[in-house]
Amino acid sequence: MILRVQQTAETVVAEAQAGAFEPILLGLIVLLPLIGFAINGVAAILAARTAERRRWSSSSHHGGSEGEADEYSNETHSVMDAEPTGVVPWTHRLPSLVAPGVMLLAFALAVANLFGMMGVELEEPIVRTYWSWIPVGELQVEAALQLDQLSLLMTLVVTGVGALIHLFSVGYMSHDPGYPRYMAYLNLFVFFMLVLVLGASFPVMFVGWEGVGLCSYLLIGFWFSEKANADAGKKAFIVNRIGDFGFLIAMLLIFVDLGALGYVEVFERAPQLDYAGPVVTAICLFLFLGAVGKSAQIPLYVWLPDAMAGPTPVSALIHAATMVTAGVYLVVRASTLFAMAPAASLLVALVGAVTALFAATIGLKQWDIKKVLAYSTISQLGFMFAAVGMGAYVAGVFHLMTHAFFKACLFLGSGAVIHALHEAMHATHSHADAQDMRNMGGLRRYLPITFATMAIATLAIAGVAPFAGFFSKDEIVGAAWIGSAGELPLSQASLFGVGGGTWMGMIAILLSIAAFLTAFYMGRLMLYTFFGPNRTGEAERQHLHEVGWTMSVPLIVLAVMSTIGGFFNVDSLVPIVNLFSPFAFGGDAALHNWLHPVIIGAEEVWASNTAAIPEVHHASWPILLAILVGVAGLVLAAVVLKPQLLGTPEETPAYEGNLEKVLYNKWYVDELYQRIVVRPVWGLSRAFYSVVDRGTIDGIIDGVLGRGAMLLGLSAGRVQTGQVNTYAFIIIVGVIVVLGSIVVM
Amino acid sequence: MTLDFASQADYLLALLPEIVLSLWAMLVLMVDVFQKGNRVEASRPVVAWLSLAGLVVTAAANGWLLTIEEAAVTGMVAVDSFRVFVNFIVLIAAALAILISIGYLDRRGINRGEFYALLLFATVGMMLLGAARDLILLFLALELMSVALYVLVGFDRRDPRSSEGALKYFLLGSFSSGFLLYGIALVFGSARSTNLSAIVPLLPSLQESPMFLIGAGLLLVGLAFKVAVMPFHVWTPDAYDGAPTPVTALMATGVKAAAFAAFIRVFAVGFAGIYNEWSVVLSWLALLTMFGANLIALTQGSVKRMLAYSSIAHAGYLLVAVLAANAYGAAAFLFYLLVYTLMTAGAFGIVIANSRGANELNKLDDYAGFGWREPLLGAVFSIFLLSLAGFPLTGGFIGKLYILRSSLEAGNVELAVSLVLASVISYFYYLRVVVVMYMRPAPAEEANRTVLLTGPGQLAMSVSAVAVLALFFVPGWVLDVAQRSVASLFTVPGTFFGLGP
Amino acid sequence: MLPLNAALFLSAILFAIGTAGVVVRRNAIILFMCIELMLNAANLAFVALSPYAGIDGQVIVFFVIAVAAAEAAVGLAIIIAVFRHAESVDIRNFSLLRW
Repeated sequence: MILRVQQTAETVVAEAQAGAFEPILLGLIVLLPLIGFAINGVAAILAARTAERRRWSSSSHHGGSEGEADEYSNETHSVMDAEPTGVVPWTHRLPSLVAPGVMLLAFALAVANLFGMMGVELEEPIVRTYWSWIPVGELQVEAALQLDQLSLLMTLVVTGVGALIHLFSVGYMSHDPGYPRYMAYLNLFVFFMLVLVLGASFPVMFVGWEGVGLCSYLLIGFWFSEKANADAGKKAFIVNRIGDFGFLIAMLLIFVDLGALGYVEVFERAPQLDYAGPVVTAICLFLFLGAVGKSAQIPLYVWLPDAMAGPTPVSALIHAATMVTAGVYLVVRASTLFAMAPAASLLVALVGAVTALFAATIGLKQWDIKKVLAYSTISQLGFMFAAVGMGAYVAGVFHLMTHAFFKACLFLGSGAVIHALHEAMHATHSHADAQDMRNMGGLRRYLPITFATMAIATLAIAGVAPFAGFFSKDEIVGAAWIGSAGELPLSQASLFGVGGGTWMGMIAILLSIAAFLTAFYMGRLMLYTFFGPNRTGEAERQHLHEVGWTMSVPLIVLAVMSTIGGFFNVDSLVPIVNLFSPFAFGGDAALHNWLHPVIIGAEEVWASNTAAIPEVHHASWPILLAILVGVAGLVLAAVVLKPQLLGTPEETPAYEGNLEKVLYNKWYVDELYQRIVVRPVWGLSRAFYSVVDRGTIDGIIDGVLGRGAMLLGLSAGRVQTGQVNTYAFIIIVGVIVVLGSIVVM
Repeated sequence: MTLDFASQADYLLALLPEIVLSLWAMLVLMVDVFQKGNRVEASRPVVAWLSLAGLVVTAAANGWLLTIEEAAVTGMVAVDSFRVFVNFIVLIAAALAILISIGYLDRRGINRGEFYALLLFATVGMMLLGAARDLILLFLALELMSVALYVLVGFDRRDPRSSEGALKYFLLGSFSSGFLLYGIALVFGSARSTNLSAIVPLLPSLQESPMFLIGAGLLLVGLAFKVAVMPFHVWTPDAYDGAPTPVTALMATGVKAAAFAAFIRVFAVGFAGIYNEWSVVLSWLALLTMFGANLIALTQGSVKRMLAYSSIAHAGYLLVAVLAANAYGAAAFLFYLLVYTLMTAGAFGIVIANSRGANELNKLDDYAGFGWREPLLGAVFSIFLLSLAGFPLTGGFIGKLYILRSSLEAGNVELAVSLVLASVISYFYYLRVVVVMYMRPAPAEEANRTVLLTGPGQLAMSVSAVAVLALFFVPGWVLDVAQRSVASLFTVPGTFFGLGP
Repeated sequence: MLPLNAALFLSAILFAIGTAGVVVRRNAIILFMCIELMLNAANLAFVALSPYAGIDGQVIVFFVIAVAAAEAAVGLAIIIAVFRHAESVDIRNFSLLRW
């Protein structure tokens, strides 16, 4: 194949304007994880071969499939089992070095680029073109990377948090028989995530978009022998197809209407479209459909809780810190387009706010520690969408960043808890559920570091000052209050005939309630896990101990970041918040200033299409309210919940009363989807296939399709009878239809 | 060199690849006879390799065609780069079919030299089909290809399924040939010629002639049968299922490629003047094919049969490209055909590989744990399946993207959206195989598990998989060639290729 | 000379009979004969049209006859192969492959 390196005119222009700054080994940042994947992949294949050989030789001794079930069981077993022999093979030692190593190198390169970029006022993104990817007609797509303030920030988060989680995985997963494979997938994931955030055009982003999805399914189904895990992987795959359908259509629409797909050209030409016109609204809605699928918002959030079937560090990296935020990144990246489509933007904000509250209610009544965190993630993503939907793009990215710190910390902490419980249960051959909070309690005595770091992260997510979540969450809720006062550009827009200001007032209320519930369920999680008497069991308790350094170091680093992460964006104009101005990193409202070149396109759109906004008036009562709900939620949890009265799963029912039952069952949405989507599709395909001869009439009725599909099935299902006469008859019917239509036309 | 077909000898040059391959096929027959001592003995490996060498020589002759120009585009045989591109695809398909049949025929006890000779003759038919600019040549090429294939489908005489597949394919195939021939007769009667270049200028006057339109409709039926468009697909699952798998691979790839090339030549180029007449019904057939085949494929328990329905569904996607009837559509068509050939032949190759003793294991459950037992073939199969589904990172995605783009260009929005939706459905069944391969543990009893694919076959599969990936990351080169190849179609005087810009 | 319309009408009738035969008959050999009837209907059309449309029509007929002969050879061989398995040429017996 011929690789042609082409320098487009835009590239040259961009470089000229970039002045002194040259990106440092931009391609290598992306390439490093891929190299890691290649090395770990080879190790994985060799390890699989060895394991296969061992399985063959052992099965000849006690001929059995039972070895299989033991070897790859669910999380509760496989973390500890494995490698019966004492010697750790090189295929398990090498990934411990390579996987975190490449991540650290990539992070170092990203930091180097950060220092380089801080020195210059970069107004235009830097585009590096590697080869001409799809070069036909007007559709010219280059394989190109784009470095600007937003993509660099995302790269820092992905490689930084990613490196920590890789390190954590060394401790968490190294005993697993599939460890090299796991590390290979994880590296591959980071590669695609970097392609996603650094790509210079929608198609390149789409490559990353699909790639991270693929890795996500691979990792969800990592313990593949569990059918539930494999199903969860499939569910994630299929729900994401719906989202990708939206992304693809949006891309085609962008191409048809703007004649380009590279960011630079698209956002240059976007203002040519009609402001608030149907075209740009359709583009944004389809893009948002893609974002909804990837970022688990209503109505496509159902895959994310199931995705917790994967290993816990995967949940931390993919399903909390990075991949699921890709939808938010997409909206910010396309902010110029979204600014052109105010109604679509309001819808984004509304969906985000409703999701934030909805998921928070479910989080109240889950017993599985990871499920609580999963719904919490959905809820926090809702906050981010509410922010970017209201046009508060920086606030959304800010929360994305702080959320990456504290949610990764929480997930890794829960991983440490599960790991410890699990090891203890393994030692005593107990089969209790290591993820059920009713089996925990009082763990702060046994896992002090984990407790301390998770406590900090909890304060951060609850929005207690001065932890990171306080600044980012309050910026979002504050923006909603400001918008309700008519002081945001989108306040002038309307959706479903209701003004933007009114919508934003409702969003502010929804988000405030969600923030209160967040503090409450996080308080509940901490209380039930770390306080009260221990419920793990007498024998097991002897085996509880703190995790090793590879796992505690990432926890500590993330806890530190959860503490100080908010100081990256302290706005001295906002009352109360400005008390922290002396501690601010990088000056006043550093993140705002940093990201300004990225969202300037959106601001220009507003400036030319909406009436001028009077000076924004920051009141202090929204901030006080925000502090109040956070603290109140935690205090209420501490007062109402009695961890000392809680019993083990056998003693404590999952729910009491109808409301609790509905919450515990997640509002029955999965069941609803099963009924209205899954079964009809399945039924339709069976109907198409065979009805009469296979005696599957029952199956069709099961398919809840009714008579229409029955008739369809009776006619279509007859098709493949194996009888030549029937076939000939079908052909004749086809001939008559074709001839009739041609002659009539 | 320029050919003007004033002298009949020019046809010898124009048909050089086909002539070379025909002679080579006879040589293969002879070598086989003289190589083995008696008639029950299996053929020597040299026969297979000799056949492959024949394909290579033919490919060289085919490449040489690029240096030749036609004085006018009125000859029976087209000498243009479209034909050369299609020929290469057909030759790749034949080569892959031979490579995956090497170990397979021996195990099944049907290693006879005729197999390779017939395969080469069928290939000659396919190549002529892609070159035919005269309806009679089209009929003869179609029959040359089909008669050889009827035998190949029933080649495993001891297997009742193989014989039954052959019978059905034969009866329905010649049935559809009857329609095709009658269509040619009617076109001949109304246009007074069977040469497309002679018919094209008459199209405005023929537009009102029911005799001509019925003839064109019957032609459409005959070609739709060969490319397996619903509802003319009825023979496909049975014939594909019954045939020896290398033959299935050839039918799903080479035959489809050649018949689609003829489709483009006759309808998109030749009958472009009556686009409005044939496009509506063909759009409906494309919709029916995409949705019907994908829905039925969902219910299949046999991977081989599932792949048969998958190939029907792909006929629907390719029809969308034909219906775009613009230059992008034809280029997208060629590109997709190449990817499709690689991934489909590859997928059938893996179907061969998963076996117990001499028998293929076709059930979905038989693939449990396959990915771990055969890491290379498992990974390769996953690539093919994802590519068939149109997953990004594979050539199948770029191919679909191109078809979509050409379809939007032509204003066929509903077809584009349907294509995307239909391929969303297809993810279910492709993915199911991958899931079973990797996420379901293999059953305990593993005795007799064999891999029927020999080293060269595995190598070919791997190369195809790498090519499928490469066609995603650096498709520019092939797209360029495809674009230049279809440019030659415009030189047909008096036609306008498509109605769009 | 036979008027063209009459010849074409006859050919259409023959073609229809052949087509109908393929749909309703059960014996593989009869089916095959019906297909031959369709091909010969086309041949008749070619010959009838050739005075108006050119001598090509008569040339084509020879090609078609040759093709039909090849098909007959292969077809009968396939029917014999099938007969060996099923001891019957009734196509209703052949439904190993379906659905």
